[in-house]
Amino acid sequence: MDPTLVGQALLNGLLFGGVYSLMAVGLSLIFGVTRVVNFAHGDMMVWGMYLALVLAERAGLDPYLGFVVCAAVLFLLGAFVQRTLVQRIVEAPHAMQILLMLGVALVLENVALVLFGPDPQRVPSPLTMATLWLGPLFVDVARLVTFGVAVLLTISLYVFLFRTMLGKMIRAAADNPFGARVIGTDVHRVYVVAFGIGAACVGAAGALVSAFLPFQPASGLSASVTSFNIVIIGGMGSLTGAFFGGLLVAVAESLGAVFLAPSLKEIVSFSLLILILLFRPAGLFGRRATT
Amino acid sequence: MAAFLEVEGLSKHFGGLQAVKDLSFTVTEGEIVALIGPNGAGKTTAFALISGFLHPDAGQIRFRGRSIVGRAPHQVCALGIARTFQIVRPFPGLTVLQNVLVGALLRHPDVPTATARAEAVLDEVGLTAKRAQPASGLTLAERKRLELARALATEPTFLLLDEVMAGLNATETERFVELIRTINRGGITVLLIEHVMRAVMTVSRRVVVLNGGQLIAAGPPAQVANDPAVIEAYLGEEYVGAAED
Amino acid sequence: MKWAWLAVVALLLVLPAFLSSYVLSVFILIFFYAFLGQTWNLVGGYAGQLSLGHAAFLGIGAYTAAILARDAGITPWAGLFVGAALAATLGAVIGYLGFRFGLRGFYFALLTVAFAEIARIVVANLETTGGALGFYITFTGDPREFQFPDNRPHYYIALALMLLATGIMAWIERCRFGVYLAAIREDEGAGEALGVNSFKYKMLAIVVSAFLTGMGGTFYAFYYLSLQPNTVFGIPLSVDIVIRPIVGGAGTLLGPILGSFLLTPLAELSRAYFATGRWTGVHLIAYGALLIGVVLFLPHGLYPYLRRLVAWRPKD
Repeated sequence: MDPTLVGQALLNGLLFGGVYSLMAVGLSLIFGVTRVVNFAHGDMMVWGMYLALVLAERAGLDPYLGFVVCAAVLFLLGAFVQRTLVQRIVEAPHAMQILLMLGVALVLENVALVLFGPDPQRVPSPLTMATLWLGPLFVDVARLVTFGVAVLLTISLYVFLFRTMLGKMIRAAADNPFGARVIGTDVHRVYVVAFGIGAACVGAAGALVSAFLPFQPASGLSASVTSFNIVIIGGMGSLTGAFFGGLLVAVAESLGAVFLAPSLKEIVSFSLLILILLFRPAGLFGRRATT
Repeated sequence: MAAFLEVEGLSKHFGGLQAVKDLSFTVTEGEIVALIGPNGAGKTTAFALISGFLHPDAGQIRFRGRSIVGRAPHQVCALGIARTFQIVRPFPGLTVLQNVLVGALLRHPDVPTATARAEAVLDEVGLTAKRAQPASGLTLAERKRLELARALATEPTFLLLDEVMAGLNATETERFVELIRTINRGGITVLLIEHVMRAVMTVSRRVVVLNGGQLIAAGPPAQVANDPAVIEAYLGEEYVGAAED
Repeated sequence: MKWAWLAVVALLLVLPAFLSSYVLSVFILIFFYAFLGQTWNLVGGYAGQLSLGHAAFLGIGAYTAAILARDAGITPWAGLFVGAALAATLGAVIGYLGFRFGLRGFYFALLTVAFAEIARIVVANLETTGGALGFYITFTGDPREFQFPDNRPHYYIALALMLLATGIMAWIERCRFGVYLAAIREDEGAGEALGVNSFKYKMLAIVVSAFLTGMGGTFYAFYYLSLQPNTVFGIPLSVDIVIRPIVGGAGTLLGPILGSFLLTPLAELSRAYFATGRWTGVHLIAYGALLIGVVLFLPHGLYPYLRRLVAWRPKD
């Protein structure tokens, strides 16, 4: 096995991992705070991608700048979904929550299908042309920038959660909703913000990959499943777990593509998922007991 | 003669908390024994260990001479030990009759026969009028009786009752005490966790006291009530010697 | 009351004489999805274990019968049972892993999705199964090969499947198995304390469900005459299987049937009207909205709601 090939796979995997991490961090935040599994997570990402496309085509905005707008719009969407739908089923059994979000996913995916058609798309960006050389390995500048921005966003999220008042309220509500209410936190508002931020994360992630990853409405479902994989492997409700889980899964898939076959790479992450579900359901970094 | 239930050196910890420590006591067939102690003393944990919901870190539990450690809850029930839960757990979507039917099916796999048995048990506890009602619509006292009826339907020889009388008024408590006496006269051994002292003193032949996961006293009710260690556990040091009963 | 049902069944039996081939095909789909929904109902509705990977059982049944017919000359009427048995085996594996390790709710659902996805990827990469391009069955119209010159026999087979699954569920409902499943669904721990071996009964539910769904796979294969791994093992099909019993009423006998009679014509009609390019997917938007609506307003499904409505009518 050619070491350069393996090295390249490792590097590409790591770079793509930044995006996986961002997706997973968003999902983990939503679950950690609202206790709802966002089955529409991947479809929200796809909407981030389509928004980036629209911005590029109508406003000439490069996705590496436009991702901010995508994040903002997805924040509103996430907040809306939480406020109008999820809020009502907070007490419902898990199965019902899953089905509700599946319904949202279906709506999102098919509205995109009607508006944009089924064909795979990509957002044009001058960055996709450029490459750098790192010794024997080459780096797509687009992927490098994506990685950098994704990591930056994740770090910003950390700072927000640990240094700002609102962030601390969110963490408090996640840890102990009853206690948070007792000290006067408007828990509902916190939930809305948390869902919004989670959606913003995945919307930004979508915009950041839209330049080099072809996407179509149907991509949403597999993006959701990938996000779940990462979050469970990393540890439900653990942001650190989501971050490192994202890197781990991306690298594992990348190596899987090289050692097995490109079309079989997902088997690697699914096998990992099954192993974790069985032997360490709390995930690699999880600290909560799973129900 | 092998004791009916033998608990020997039972220990269980959760993380840093030692819930039950080196607990040993026995129950003789036909007795009504009360398990008392302050909150957090390890009583419900002991129940969970005996009924198979938890596995002990150390120690032995023998029922009629055979070890039951490591058995699954449904196996323990099949052996003849039935339990109720401290916070009642009726099947909310099922009717009162259906709830009891689940219990009756253990010994009578044929549904019509089990249904007849369930009706009989409902009659015993006085819930026949409510048989077609969804379990979620019952009052607390009725739910407690349902919980008891379900356990009885499995035709146990040993009944573990976890605070069945908590939250009941005086009349309801009296009624329950009578019910337990009747059940016991019918040949079922009873081990009950209880805080309602009046009920404990009148209905039980022996009392076992736990504190901090350990046994601190055991014996007839009157003797235990005057035991300094027990008084200290419940009321604190200052009250030892204060009561003159 | 029984007579009303018999009359309905009798009506369904003579219907083909009056219907066009197209309408007949819609009925076939109604019955078939009602059948699939009913088999899912056993695990997802009665036992309360949400499976979102049921397409895997369908896919295994379909590909097994198709491959056995092509490579070993085994008639699909026999391949039906082999496929079902293999599907049941997968069900046993998923059930064992899930239930032995105490996976519930979302975690169990994800386990089922993981297996379905692995099956999809494996089948899409094997030569025997035709890979990602798919498996095609030559049309012969020969009944020994589970094929017919027109779709009327398919109508009767689909109807028979629906009645079979419903009959099995009706029987299960009435015996100890059914009562125990209800207990497991409502409160597994409380059930255990009453002697219910929840592991055994959940396993039974998933194995039987998988077996029946696998049988449906053979029907699917020889009705459509082509299999694509992404369609047959895909999550969208699993959602299609699940949505009808949920909307109709999971855990009820008539729920899957009601749900299919409601949703299948809706899907077919919107497919017919919006078939032209721009509007494909509109029926799925309606599905999504319906799913949301049901969860918010009728969490137990349509059937229990209707039953309560009927119960409210004043009696003479």
